[in-house]
Amino acid sequence: MSMHEKQLNNDLFQPAVKSTEDAEKITKESTSFWQDARRRLFENKGAVAGLIIIVAILLLAFLGPLFSHNTFDGQDTSRTNLPPRIPVLEKVSFLGLDGVDIRGVDQYKMKNQPNNYYWFGTDALGRDQFVRVWKGTQISLYIAFLAAAIDMIIGVAYGSISGYYGGKTDNIMQRIIEILIGIPNLIVVILMILILDPGILSITFAMVITGWTTMARIVRGQILKLKNQEFVLASVTLGAKSSRILTKHMFPNILGSIIITSMFTIPSAIFTEAFLSFIGLGISPPTASLGSLVNEGFKSLQIYPHLVLYPAVIISLIMISFNLLGDGLRDALDPKMRK
Amino acid sequence: MARFVLKRLLYMLVTLFIITSFTFFLMKLLPGSPFNNEEKLTDQQKFILNEKYGLNDPVPVQYFNYMSNLAKGDLGVSFQYDNRPVSTMITERIGPSAVLGIEATIIGTIIGLILGIAAALKHNTSIDYLSSLIAVLGISIPSFVFAGVLQYYVGVKLEWLPVALWDGPKYHVLPALSLSVFVIATVARFMRTEMLEVLGQDYITTAKSKGLSNLVVIWKHTIRNAMIPVVTILGPLAINLITGTLIIEKIFAVPGLGFQFVSSIQLNDYPVIMATTIFYSVCFIIVILIVDILYGVIDPRIRVAGGKG
Repeated sequence: MSMHEKQLNNDLFQPAVKSTEDAEKITKESTSFWQDARRRLFENKGAVAGLIIIVAILLLAFLGPLFSHNTFDGQDTSRTNLPPRIPVLEKVSFLGLDGVDIRGVDQYKMKNQPNNYYWFGTDALGRDQFVRVWKGTQISLYIAFLAAAIDMIIGVAYGSISGYYGGKTDNIMQRIIEILIGIPNLIVVILMILILDPGILSITFAMVITGWTTMARIVRGQILKLKNQEFVLASVTLGAKSSRILTKHMFPNILGSIIITSMFTIPSAIFTEAFLSFIGLGISPPTASLGSLVNEGFKSLQIYPHLVLYPAVIISLIMISFNLLGDGLRDALDPKMRK
Repeated sequence: MARFVLKRLLYMLVTLFIITSFTFFLMKLLPGSPFNNEEKLTDQQKFILNEKYGLNDPVPVQYFNYMSNLAKGDLGVSFQYDNRPVSTMITERIGPSAVLGIEATIIGTIIGLILGIAAALKHNTSIDYLSSLIAVLGISIPSFVFAGVLQYYVGVKLEWLPVALWDGPKYHVLPALSLSVFVIATVARFMRTEMLEVLGQDYITTAKSKGLSNLVVIWKHTIRNAMIPVVTILGPLAINLITGTLIIEKIFAVPGLGFQFVSSIQLNDYPVIMATTIFYSVCFIIVILIVDILYGVIDPRIRVAGGKG
């Protein structure tokens, strides 16, 4: 007790300078909304994991096929149904990557291909599954890109015009959307396929017709909210044109909702394509899609599980990571939604 | 409210009219007729057959006939199955699909609600994280992948349940379960968010401070209020069940409408495709209408009709 009293003498203390200037000083740099959002996004482990997986899949989808000297449609009947075999990893027997099939026969030896390595195996026509899986992934990613683009271009434009101009324009545009929403997506795709033949083109068309309605509605709602706020009124009073008000004052304010909405459109678009290809309506052979690869693999699931395994795992990974990233973005950009 | 329902009914009819007209003119655009495949027919015979089915009439007349037949429930005849009426083909096949859909909805809603409620009550605990994980996986993993996994492990490896076909209650388990995964995930996610929202409300604090038991607070005040918005996700779920049955029925060889639809597309059986399309659209539009009306009835705070009032 006495020791403490000794140590605390007046020399240790200094009077604090009291000044109004100091009180006004901002000690920390202020963070903008986007900086804050980025910080929240990177704090979210799921979202970061999703982002990393998406980037990895993106790289593999475009670089993967370059590692193989085979093409996605190159058939060779001397190497049909080979199980996966990867150098180095083939030594680790429990991974099942040593080219030995389910009955314990080394297919590579039997089919006289001792020096070849097919990382994901080959299919019934001897096509390199590794190349086919990444080609299919490219299609899924194309669909993801397309869905986002349609959302951003048609959806945002339609919604903002409808919301901003209001009145009769809004009324007519909303009636059109209501009818479009009444028609199930799948039906439009199937009708398109009947006219245009199955393929990426008909899926693209169908998505252009129906893919943007959710976005248009959300953007319209947001614009309606912003339209009557003071800063817009100020801009109008200063003589700004509609296009300037929309692009400079409204879009920055609704960008968060736009990003969130498109992040949830993407996985559902990817699923739609995979689903269509799975029931034989989407991508037609020899082009591969993850959905059609899973479908083909199902036919020989018991004997050659590797044909289903890789496309199924990759499509699931893509969907999971887009959903995780979407959840993370929603939490980061819309703090009210945080739970 | 009555005005709102009437307005919606009118829109529904307009949408249906557009879909059916669109469908009809597409059918006319498509190459082929019911009798093109029969090479043995002479031109004379083809003419007689076309005359019989009214295919020689001008397109507007055919359109009028088609629409009036449609109003009576006559959807034409199949090209592939010996001119069987499409409407009987649909009514014969709708049973298993409906049963499957209802089973999946019931299983999905119950499990989903339990997961969602548990997650919200045990917020930020391992139960919450587990439930969220199940929800993300359920929404993300495509149903065909999940169905395949179930079929392979439960059906083939463990031999607990039949792998496919439709022959009694045992055969329902795997397809209904695969179909319900999306329902479970969606309901669980939604319920969790709503529960947390309600738990933060002042009236919950009031209820607790009145000295009500935890059970009463949770059951009467929280769950009941949180359930209201769950109705809104019924629409998206209905769409998902329709697309879901297409895949699930194909994988498990369930003799339902979806299975027939997929095979009719593969066989280019246009009348069946078109009729099923119309049928699905009708189901879909009716579900959306019911959801909209229900929403207004359940929660008077939401005025779907007026907007401003």
